[in-house]
Amino acid sequence: MEITRAKLGQPLVEGGGEQFRIRQQRARDMLRGDLTDAELEQYVEERVLTTTLDKVTAWARGNSMFPATFGLACCAIEMMSLPGARVDIGRFGFEAFRASPRQADMLILSGRVSIKMAPIVRRIYDQMLEPRWAISMGACCSSMGVFNNYALVPADKFMPIDVHVPGCPPRPEALAHAILKLRSKVHGNPPKGWRERYEAEGTEEVVGDADRPGVNAINVFQSGETQGA
Amino acid sequence: MSALSDYRRREQSISYSAEPAGMGLEQELMTINMGPHHPSTHGVLRLILTLEGEIVRDIKPIIGYVHTGIEKTAEQKAYWKVIPVVERMDYLAYYFNSYAYCGAVEKLLEVEVPKRAQYLRVIHMELNRIMSHLVWLGTSCIDLGAIGVWWYCFREREAVLDLFEMSSGQRMHTRYFQVGGVIEDIPRGWAERVKRFTQTMRHRSEQYSALLDKNEIFLQRMRNTGTVDEETLLDLGVTGPLLRATGNPWDLRKAAPYCSYEDFRFKIPVGTTGDNYDRYRVRHAEIIESCEIIDQALDGLPEGPFITEDRKVALPPRHELATSMEALIHHFKLVTEGFRVPPGEVYFPIESPRGELGCFVRSDGSSKPARVHMRDPSFVNLQATAPASRDTYIADLVATLAMLDPVLGGVDR
Repeated sequence: MEITRAKLGQPLVEGGGEQFRIRQQRARDMLRGDLTDAELEQYVEERVLTTTLDKVTAWARGNSMFPATFGLACCAIEMMSLPGARVDIGRFGFEAFRASPRQADMLILSGRVSIKMAPIVRRIYDQMLEPRWAISMGACCSSMGVFNNYALVPADKFMPIDVHVPGCPPRPEALAHAILKLRSKVHGNPPKGWRERYEAEGTEEVVGDADRPGVNAINVFQSGETQGA
Repeated sequence: MSALSDYRRREQSISYSAEPAGMGLEQELMTINMGPHHPSTHGVLRLILTLEGEIVRDIKPIIGYVHTGIEKTAEQKAYWKVIPVVERMDYLAYYFNSYAYCGAVEKLLEVEVPKRAQYLRVIHMELNRIMSHLVWLGTSCIDLGAIGVWWYCFREREAVLDLFEMSSGQRMHTRYFQVGGVIEDIPRGWAERVKRFTQTMRHRSEQYSALLDKNEIFLQRMRNTGTVDEETLLDLGVTGPLLRATGNPWDLRKAAPYCSYEDFRFKIPVGTTGDNYDRYRVRHAEIIESCEIIDQALDGLPEGPFITEDRKVALPPRHELATSMEALIHHFKLVTEGFRVPPGEVYFPIESPRGELGCFVRSDGSSKPARVHMRDPSFVNLQATAPASRDTYIADLVATLAMLDPVLGGVDR
């Protein structure tokens, strides 16, 4: 067997390296003026690598979301029939309901959110890890529904919602449709935090005096403070 | 010696007495929070537990997390517009909610409900009872780790909801019952489908008991856990399957028949000891009794109108609007203002899947109720949590809570 020795970085085939260098030169010509030398190299490298990886992770995330087991009222019963035999959301990889918000990455608000419940819902949402998504199921938590009275609060008032599902209660098929909408959103929109996704930087709930930022804020924890986290 | 009997012997050798295994160490009570977001509290119930080791020494339920202000909202709506609001209280028993309210208003109005409407109401309420018990059985078995039962229960639940959808257009919160009757007659072919369903349901409920009644783990967790005696339950005002599990045959369908329940032959299942297993058996037997009632009601379904002919209360039929000026006036009055109810107050109790569901309505003579109050069985039955689970293991608390079957939408309203 003949062993061909070549210098590292040199093409093995005669002329092959030449073609590659010509292609590289053309690509540099296209970007000339914007970036130069090392920066340009880095730019090309990062682009190629990161976009494909993001696509792969978004694809994986969108096809295996873990919803939190979180029922509020009537809609929760219809949500429960979602992994059942008829709708069988397991076909799309959404059937693994997690009891802990830390293991979940989708919160389905199924039912009416009372004023007493709203801080708890918000805390559960805050305990979920980024990237996280939320579906508001039914009329009550989207717009207070048929009640529209002193006791309820729509979900949009205290947390970001990705998909609203109309109905009172929505059919399981409607919720399945909403979940598929969310999936296409996750596929098309590479993972970002919700503040970035909704251009909501600067809306962190920091209240209190300027010296001790975050005191009294429900979603900001000081170092060493673990209560409620 | 077979493997099974060996397993049983080993199981029975373990002492289940609720004594802390102290080993001479100092024990202290620990207070922990359970809920409102907890998968086994069946909603948003919050429990403050005081534990000694694994044993529950004290338990304090905290409610109000789905308070919706339904009773207050009902005061701001015309009588017939209250129905969809009260339906959403106990969201597994919507036909019962609307019937308790409609029955109370009918009693105030002294409206005669046609016999056909009464039978149709019975059929729908018993279908609803089956559906409620199916959801209870499925979710309870998830709590006990038997997830397979849940799939079967929800398969049958979909069949019931298909029937509801066929007769009223909605799966849940159907608004089928109106003051004076039902909104429309059943569609063609519906009765046959219901018949087919009750036949299947009898067969399927036997399959459930075949799955559960010989399951060693299920029996170990159900038998002699969460026992409460009859006197304690009566003192607390607990009704429904919980009370019947102790052997007291109190069922309002027999004790004070309403809505033509006196026409049907059915048995009231009762238990003997009042433990969790009896509660399961009572509800399971009620599914079959409901099938009996539905079959009898379908066989004897009388001909005639499905809603009262009293045009002051019920909307006129659609075809009359084009021909009769009077019908148009009635329609306009009913839709804009609603009917007026003579002053007075009334309490109307019925037997919901969870016990006595009573509706109190006070009228001041206007077209809106002055007060609507519901005596919800879940709210009253929730008091049995503490006597049922004090001095038992925390794992038994989960089973007991599942067998109590509280629906928090009904508790908080």
